[in-house]
Amino acid sequence: MHRRRGIMFAEAFSIAFQFADVFAFLILAAAGLAIIFGMMGIINMAHGEFITCGIYVTVIAVQHGVPLPVAQALGALSAGVVGIALERTIIRHLYHRPLDSILATWGISLMVTQGMLIVLGSSWQGIGTPLGSFKVGDYTFSAYRLVLFGAALGVLAALYLIFMRTGYGVMARATMQNAAMAQALGVRTERMYAISFGLGAALAGLCGALYAPTMTLIPTMGVTFIIESFVTVVVGGANVLMGTAPAGILLGIVRTALNAWYGQIAGQIGLLITVIIVIRILPEGVSGWLSRRER
Amino acid sequence: MTTSGRRTSLRGIAAAASLAVVLAATQGSAQQPPIKVGLLEDVSGDIALMGKPKLNGSLLAAEEINNAGGIMGRKIELIHLDPQMDNARYQEFARRLLQRDKVDVLIGGITSASREAIRPIVNRTDVPYFYTNQYEGGVCDASTISIGAVPEQQFSTLIPWMVETFGKKVYTIAADYNFGQLSAEWTRDLMKKQNGQVIGEEFIPLGVSQFGQTIQNIQKANPDWIMALNVGASQDSFFEQAAAAKLAFPMGSSIKVMLGFEHKRFPPPALAKMHATANWFEEIDTPAANDFKKRWRAKFPNEAYINDMGYNAYTALYMYKTLVEKAKSTKKADLRKVIATGEACVDAPEGKICIDPQSQHTSHHMRLIGVNADHSVRVIKDFGLIKPYWLGEIGCDLTKNDPKTQYTPTNLPKK
Repeated sequence: MHRRRGIMFAEAFSIAFQFADVFAFLILAAAGLAIIFGMMGIINMAHGEFITCGIYVTVIAVQHGVPLPVAQALGALSAGVVGIALERTIIRHLYHRPLDSILATWGISLMVTQGMLIVLGSSWQGIGTPLGSFKVGDYTFSAYRLVLFGAALGVLAALYLIFMRTGYGVMARATMQNAAMAQALGVRTERMYAISFGLGAALAGLCGALYAPTMTLIPTMGVTFIIESFVTVVVGGANVLMGTAPAGILLGIVRTALNAWYGQIAGQIGLLITVIIVIRILPEGVSGWLSRRER
Repeated sequence: MTTSGRRTSLRGIAAAASLAVVLAATQGSAQQPPIKVGLLEDVSGDIALMGKPKLNGSLLAAEEINNAGGIMGRKIELIHLDPQMDNARYQEFARRLLQRDKVDVLIGGITSASREAIRPIVNRTDVPYFYTNQYEGGVCDASTISIGAVPEQQFSTLIPWMVETFGKKVYTIAADYNFGQLSAEWTRDLMKKQNGQVIGEEFIPLGVSQFGQTIQNIQKANPDWIMALNVGASQDSFFEQAAAAKLAFPMGSSIKVMLGFEHKRFPPPALAKMHATANWFEEIDTPAANDFKKRWRAKFPNEAYINDMGYNAYTALYMYKTLVEKAKSTKKADLRKVIATGEACVDAPEGKICIDPQSQHTSHHMRLIGVNADHSVRVIKDFGLIKPYWLGEIGCDLTKNDPKTQYTPTNLPKK
């Protein structure tokens, strides 16, 4: 009796664990992209490279003796700084030119990846995953994956606090809703854009910093986050508060279920089919539908 | 004609005459045209860490051969294009090298997908193509000379040893494209011959980097060992994530350690208990191997790892040199006549290796290696020289006909 309950608990826990793992990846990969897209309508094709920046800075810092959490903060910060610099120089000329922003950010992405290849070489030694493992029933799990899930929840909570409880948040939401009116009321929209782009880039860097101990490092590694981040932002819609979390839950359920029953290929395909269905039914994503319902 | 006009025309005749004398003098010492070697190697993009050593191997071999006088007095001229792991670009660049640059020989390709993308293009020309990677075997094509190791050299040595040492139940994880699918097929075939069983198979799309579910599936299936056929940096994250979850099964592979030097890139113990069968890995300790490694590092001091692909690229140029010198020609038909005699051999750093006449694949000195807990490499077993016998056994004989096909254990020639 107890053994059966033990086995059932282990199975249930493992399903929950897999969902938490997939959910964390979707949220952390998408958060930065969602803010930049939601605020400025910019489709940031260099999103993967901000993640890579976070990864490399974190790993190199750890290899020079910096403790991991500090190195990760450094990784996120460095990506944010680069983001602000990029926004001030290139991106701010492209606000009303969405197609041009795709081209420009893609060009930046190419320059960064191939530049890293030339300067840092084709691969970099990795760092190990911290915190060991724990056992539930017949399964062992990496404890660090729980940290990733916690971080995803933390990012969502922090975004809520920032956008709903701070002065910046009020001004940012105003700018997102109606930039011209916000500017007329005294909001310095230029500074909003710079800070928001920096925040989006920093979140991408944080995603990289968090996943750095679990992956192998090559300059083009940003591409492994791109599908999940773009898919989540498309399904979630422009509002990062109302859209990203529900999108993460929906896509997380789809992917976890398909991964478990039919394997990784089915999980990948299912993700993309879900996007097609969602944007057919809800063209502005989940957040667009939710905000429409509220009116 | 005026007086000045006559002087001008006399001057013109004198200039022309002296020019003619100079031209006649230089004709006698005219240089022989170089032998153009077309290289298609990925040195940027995802697979750059494996492709860069390939280019370096060709550069080293070309420099050594040219310094020793070239091939039949002709210098090697390398024309390298970087397809960036894009199969469409492989095809475009293959056409460019064959039609515009008119190369005498084409060398290159990393993934099996890229090889199959350009093989039909090469077949329409009279240019020989050297594929320098280990792969899933089976290509019976007169244009293609395969320098890398094949399943009867890698799997037929690895799998019986893994079954005998660890057990009869294996779980396969493979990249989801032709190499992964066909290698998994070979694994099923050879496990059956060992009375073993493939208790689970997972095919992973290229670019997937998160393996939580895979790790759980492996734990549930509880195999005796894992066959690791994952390809690419993203899929290599499996090893780190499995180690973090304390997955401690022994692993076997035909591609790990020797190609992507994972044991150098990941911190221990991610690659511990990995076993592989290779004709070349940098840790080989013989006089010929050590001399080769010294020459390589003299030219490329920052090389992270001299991998099997780089070694094969280096060996391929020497093999081409041998063929051309024995045939006294660069024509494909003449080179194939030399191969048919069975005398197409080189003294490579692994030992003396020859091209098999029936399949145009290369014999290799195979060693079974194991990765220790600290990521040092030890040689567990020396299998000696193994010929690429499988294609000949199933009926491929390029000395008699040219089917231009790739065969697999379930896709054999019609009798």
